[in-house]
Amino acid sequence: MKIKVLGGGCDDCDRFYENVLIALGESGADAEVERVEDLMEIVKLGVMSVPTLMIDGKIVLLGQHASAERIKELIKANE
Amino acid sequence: MNKLLENPVLSFFVYDTAKITLLLCLLIFSISYIQSYFPPERSKRIIGRFKGLGARITAALLGTVTPFCSCSSIPLFIGFTSAGLPVGVTFSFLISSPMVDLGSLVLLMSIFGVKVALAYVVFGLIIAVAGSSIIEALHMDRYVEGFVTAVKAAESESPSLTVRDRLIYARDKMTETLRKVFPYIVLGVSIGAVIHNWVPEEVIAKVLGTENPLGVVIATVVGVPMYGDIFGTVPVAEALLVKGARLGTVLAFMMAVTTLSLPSMILLKKVVKTRLLYTFIVICTFGIIAVGYLFNLLQPYLI
Repeated sequence: MKIKVLGGGCDDCDRFYENVLIALGESGADAEVERVEDLMEIVKLGVMSVPTLMIDGKIVLLGQHASAERIKELIKANE
Repeated sequence: MNKLLENPVLSFFVYDTAKITLLLCLLIFSISYIQSYFPPERSKRIIGRFKGLGARITAALLGTVTPFCSCSSIPLFIGFTSAGLPVGVTFSFLISSPMVDLGSLVLLMSIFGVKVALAYVVFGLIIAVAGSSIIEALHMDRYVEGFVTAVKAAESESPSLTVRDRLIYARDKMTETLRKVFPYIVLGVSIGAVIHNWVPEEVIAKVLGTENPLGVVIATVVGVPMYGDIFGTVPVAEALLVKGARLGTVLAFMMAVTTLSLPSMILLKKVVKTRLLYTFIVICTFGIIAVGYLFNLLQPYLI
């Protein structure tokens, strides 16, 4: 699975990214993580709110911070 | 403690901070729940179905329910523009979003009454629609930075949310907003308390009351560069009104503080050329001044 974590330059975005890494470590899912911090790249993906989580090209969390626990659920649901 | 609360300054401070904080929590929670239905990505798609004036009106209306903070104005501007929305439509949204939101409606209702709150919202929407129509008529799209129009944004599908997702969203927004806005509430209430207790009525009446025909202009010009949240400006407005400032003068101040600020201008400067930025500032300032005078005229009918 390909995971994109959108958003950079804000505390929430940094914490969100860390939570994604924790969630991945705990769930043991086989994923490739890419962090998209550049605003123009984010807009190109059709997104205006951060932090946002995309799994295999699909937005699963939009403009919302989430705990590692919740991200784990989302990863499971989209596996 | 009781002795302390008999001190009028302290009791105003404690009572107002508690009242506004409580209101804020309640309001942000319920409003965020509604807002979870309107992420900017979705609002953009809805607005895209309309053309011309209809699009600008829709943008102004959706601006009231779409979650917004000045930090998101740049991605929003680029996202809207790259989706092919005319610059006027984007500005309609950018004016109405900070000036009138559901929060300000309920907050104004609880403090100034239903009539004032409704009038504030209606006039705010009129400024957004009229202002953006002028920007459109002046063909201001020439003054959007080239790199903004060059982006091709993909169509995105917003995730479908369950009730639980929305409740979590609302809870997170509430704590996040409280953390961000609380210092402004304390600052606003402190200024309100100072006005309430130490600034003599004659001074306020002279500068912001019936005695000064330029009160609205002064309040607007002072408010424009200031950065604040509606929750921080309300206690100041309330105290000024009690001390004899006129309604329109006070509301013009609130509109100026929430809609325009130095930080948001600096951000906007990154995506538009100076000419468009100045046009935007001038239009908003004059719109707010006009609404201020209108409110002063209507004051006897509103409170």
